[in-house]
Amino acid sequence: MINILEVNETNKMIEQEMLDVRTITLGISLLDCCDSDLDTLNRNIYDKITRLAKDLVSTGRQIELEYGIPIVNKRISVTPIALVGGGACTTPGDFVEIAKTLDKAARDTRVNFIGGYSALVSKGMTPADENLIHSIPAALSCTEGVCSSVNIGSTKTGINMDAVKLMGEIVRETAEATRENNSMGCAKLVVLCNAPDDNPFMAGAFHGVTEADAAINLGVSGPGVVKRALERVRGENFEVLCETVKRTAFKVTRAGQLVAQEASERLGIPFGIVDLSLAPTPSVGDSVAEILEEMGLESVGAPGTTAALALLNDQVKKGGVMASSFVGGLSGAFIPVSEDQGMIDAVNRGALTFDKLEAMTCVCSVGLDMIAIPGDTPASTISGIIADEAAIGMINQKTTAVRLIPVIGKDVGDTVEFGGLLGHAPIQPVNRFGCADFINRGGRIPAPIHSFKN
Amino acid sequence: MNKTIVTVVGKDTVGIIARVCTYLANNNVNVEDISQTIVQGYFNMMMIVDTSGSEKPFGEMVTELENLGDEIGVKIRCQREDIFTKMHRI
Repeated sequence: MINILEVNETNKMIEQEMLDVRTITLGISLLDCCDSDLDTLNRNIYDKITRLAKDLVSTGRQIELEYGIPIVNKRISVTPIALVGGGACTTPGDFVEIAKTLDKAARDTRVNFIGGYSALVSKGMTPADENLIHSIPAALSCTEGVCSSVNIGSTKTGINMDAVKLMGEIVRETAEATRENNSMGCAKLVVLCNAPDDNPFMAGAFHGVTEADAAINLGVSGPGVVKRALERVRGENFEVLCETVKRTAFKVTRAGQLVAQEASERLGIPFGIVDLSLAPTPSVGDSVAEILEEMGLESVGAPGTTAALALLNDQVKKGGVMASSFVGGLSGAFIPVSEDQGMIDAVNRGALTFDKLEAMTCVCSVGLDMIAIPGDTPASTISGIIADEAAIGMINQKTTAVRLIPVIGKDVGDTVEFGGLLGHAPIQPVNRFGCADFINRGGRIPAPIHSFKN
Repeated sequence: MNKTIVTVVGKDTVGIIARVCTYLANNNVNVEDISQTIVQGYFNMMMIVDTSGSEKPFGEMVTELENLGDEIGVKIRCQREDIFTKMHRI
């Protein structure tokens, strides 16, 4: 029988420590919408999304009410649009029409974001992939809720350096296309290596081709809960520290698993995965950086940061894996700069540099995330950063990503405000030495030796 | 069987249990267990109730109990039991 202490503990986690379900993401396959006529394709896409997702938001609200646990975001991910639109789209402009359809479907179903304006080009690009990638700047500047991602490498295929070069240019073009709005388009564009098919978190969410027709994927969260739990074991040794993170991750994930199953049952859509990520928000007390500092670092970025992050990531996974029947997505700790107050503070006080962030991505769940850089950063430098990050993912068999925002018209010393969950960030300096000759070589970097496991 | 946990937290005053129980009785909700403590003048109660006899939609009951709490000056929460059993039991 449940006792009053356990009930109080759960409610305290929800009310004071910001335990919530970060997102319910409904993955929808659009492969059966394909048509060679663009209008028919758009109609099919709109109809299928609005049919499957019509009750998503209301069901989410109902579950929030009944269990008393907030569900922050309700989102949709779809099949990478380069695959769906290949038959109907012959120009980048055609793809932009699909982006508008997705945006309308997102608005009409009242979800926060729709992800999947994507291309998977880890080995090579089809004409459709190229058209979609070229359409990204226009698509992200004329839509609100559409998120875009491009997978440019994997451990099995190596890195597609042509795509890396192109994406450096596309990030810059997107920044230019949305310059009136602090280059906001780049906050909705992520370049991935080893992208998972079932990730519920934006901007990298898409419904991969290995997935069923529809699936409910859920992202749990709760940096605040872990931070508070660690406050209670201040000064104890690493065994106690690890045990505490593990226990907390277990409880948080159980809550997520319950919500996922309920949502799946009520919507009549199969449950996919729970993503065990600690995803911060800009509000105070909901920060991954604060967890690392609670472990004993004076500031994030200090020596020891990478070890602390590695420990956190591993214990979150160990605690969470037993709490859910299916774990997937990115699972770990996100380290976005603009979305985490502790990270923003660390950058402002000069403790956290670009290079340290790159080192941290070797052990975090994703990569260089939501980092604002000077608006005049050359495309080849952005490509170089993408290549570095992809190499870390490829060699270490993990997902890595780059979401950089070159804020047009701003330089080091300025701050950029995105608002809402995307937060704000100081412009960080990047290495000013060039890599254009390296990037301009083009072609592919072959898969690493340890990818041959046949 | 629809087990639900009702928690009441707030400054102690006369008649809290009576008002909550009256509401539950009027809605045909059966109370199965009550545990209650007062810590430093703060009233802290947990009830395990069965809502399967009630015809009222669950969401409505949550809102009405919240409103009742506002009237009395305490915080009343009404949540399905699963969230607690899932989190605290393997």
